Amino acid sequence: MTSVAGKTASSGGLRRRRGVNTVLLLIFLIYSFLPLFYLIVSSTKSNAELFSTFGLWFASSFHLFSNLEEVFTHDGGIYLTWLWNTVYYSVSSAVGATFLATVAGYSFAKFRFRGRTPLFALVLGSIMIPQTALAIPTYLLLSKVGLVNTPLAVILPALVFPFGVYLMRVYAEQSVPDELLDAARVDGAGELRIFFRVALRILAPGFVTVLLFSFVFTWNNYFLPLIVLNDPSLYTITVGLAAWNSQASAGGGAQALFPLVITGSLVGIVPIIVAFLFLQRYWQGGLTFGSLKD
Amino acid sequence: MTDQVSPAESGTKRSEGPSFTPRRRRGFYQAGIPYLFLLPFMVLFLVFIVLPLVYALGISVFETRLVGGNAFVGLDNYVRALGDGNFWEGVRRMVVFGIFQVPIMLGMALLFALVLDSGTVWLRNLFRLGFYLPYAVPSVVAALIWGYLYGPSFGPITQLAELLNFPAPNLLSDRWMLASIANIVTWEFTGYNMIIMYAALQSLPAELDDAGAVDGAKGWQIALYIKIPMIRSAIFLTVIFSIIGTLQLFNEPNIMFAIAPQVISNDYTPNLYAYTLAFTNQEYNYSAAISFVLGAVVVVFSYAFMLLSNRAELRSR
Repeated sequence: MTSVAGKTASSGGLRRRRGVNTVLLLIFLIYSFLPLFYLIVSSTKSNAELFSTFGLWFASSFHLFSNLEEVFTHDGGIYLTWLWNTVYYSVSSAVGATFLATVAGYSFAKFRFRGRTPLFALVLGSIMIPQTALAIPTYLLLSKVGLVNTPLAVILPALVFPFGVYLMRVYAEQSVPDELLDAARVDGAGELRIFFRVALRILAPGFVTVLLFSFVFTWNNYFLPLIVLNDPSLYTITVGLAAWNSQASAGGGAQALFPLVITGSLVGIVPIIVAFLFLQRYWQGGLTFGSLKD
Repeated sequence: MTDQVSPAESGTKRSEGPSFTPRRRRGFYQAGIPYLFLLPFMVLFLVFIVLPLVYALGISVFETRLVGGNAFVGLDNYVRALGDGNFWEGVRRMVVFGIFQVPIMLGMALLFALVLDSGTVWLRNLFRLGFYLPYAVPSVVAALIWGYLYGPSFGPITQLAELLNFPAPNLLSDRWMLASIANIVTWEFTGYNMIIMYAALQSLPAELDDAGAVDGAKGWQIALYIKIPMIRSAIFLTVIFSIIGTLQLFNEPNIMFAIAPQVISNDYTPNLYAYTLAFTNQEYNYSAAISFVLGAVVVVFSYAFMLLSNRAELRSR
């Protein structure tokens, strides 16, 4: 590339570099997709075939539909209950958490008030507190008020989403012009009205990002539901699959439970993968305005 | 979201001109407005974050006795935790884990982010999306799939090794387990960390590449001496989150316990130990103390890293 001789040498070098880089990343892409490919392949196999055929390619027979049927009918169709529970917990906590985060983030971004800086520091600092450290005392407190083993035990703690407050504050600072709010104030609109009629509409893209993050967070959460739910009919997908896996591993394949875990895993991640692919703009948006601020 | 002004810029500008002065018309009501907006969140924040922490701190200085109920024991639980071999063995294991896993994961994430940012690669969008995809998979499912992939009875890794006449390592054995879990965590989070770094790189001015090229700097020199120092804070963030995540590891070893119970002990990681203490042994008080000591360990490691990176920065100036 140092030669001035002509563009051909330079673009040839560039092409070679592109080729090398692409191959490098392709290797990692295969690694990223491999477990998902394995999951898809395995969900088409019977229990016997899982042990007898090569794991990374399809068997001669196709058992996906019978596996799916087994997943949805095993133990009186409990998987469907778990799926419904997961949807119910995730949607309610995501909608609630996002609304709370939006209102709070907007307040931090658009008002000057006493205690603003320390309060925000408190919220921000709590992002560092790991969920696992909070879960055990949360369980003890919930059991004191009789909420253990109820949907609220999963939903209520998930309503607090400090990362969402942080994202909404940054987003509101970027996107809601003060002039617009002042104009509305001059027109005599109250602050609540301004928020709902003016600001919320502008905040919509940030709202979707936070909604997505908190939805996925609850959908994928394991530790909290594992602790606060004992009744299998209240389980989420993650806790239910872990329970099936324990049974399958303890039985050593004798009970034919492995196809259940594998196909159940596949069904359980489909909604998340779909949300991921269709809303990818919002996923990356969250991390983009997250990292700009740090 | 890509076409927004930089938040830092607009944030500082706006904070100079207050959009709202508390003492206006209807002063009392108006002054309360910001607090009214914060109220719903802050109430739940107090109940589900502050209260559990305070409560845990409170019970950690008590002991539940079979006879006589709760007794105040001061710092006894903490003294016990400081001398608890099971706990520190778990911490040691996670430190070993982190020393290898975190640099490998973040090194790859940085390399991929730089390559994607430099534009010298085909299929850029496919890579960006594909690398990030594992992050959307729940860690429980990730651990299950990899657990089956590793499996000595029907795992494809063993099958491949046997096909090629290699002695197949038992990836679920005591010897390999830590590396096997490290691989799961790397698979889950490399793309996530890459996206954070990539986003930071994308926010750098595009002229950097041109300016470097004029000076005759090669692509990797621009990356090493200009770009990496400029995204220090994003890299710093990923390291801190990785330190926290490593020391708090729970889901993956918990799933592996079901698959290989003779390898994963119930004190394999500090968090698994705290969980066992609370829910198997019913030792809630001691478990709370363990959680706080673990929190202190996290703070110590994060702070040590902060000091190290500050010192490195000073030296480089």
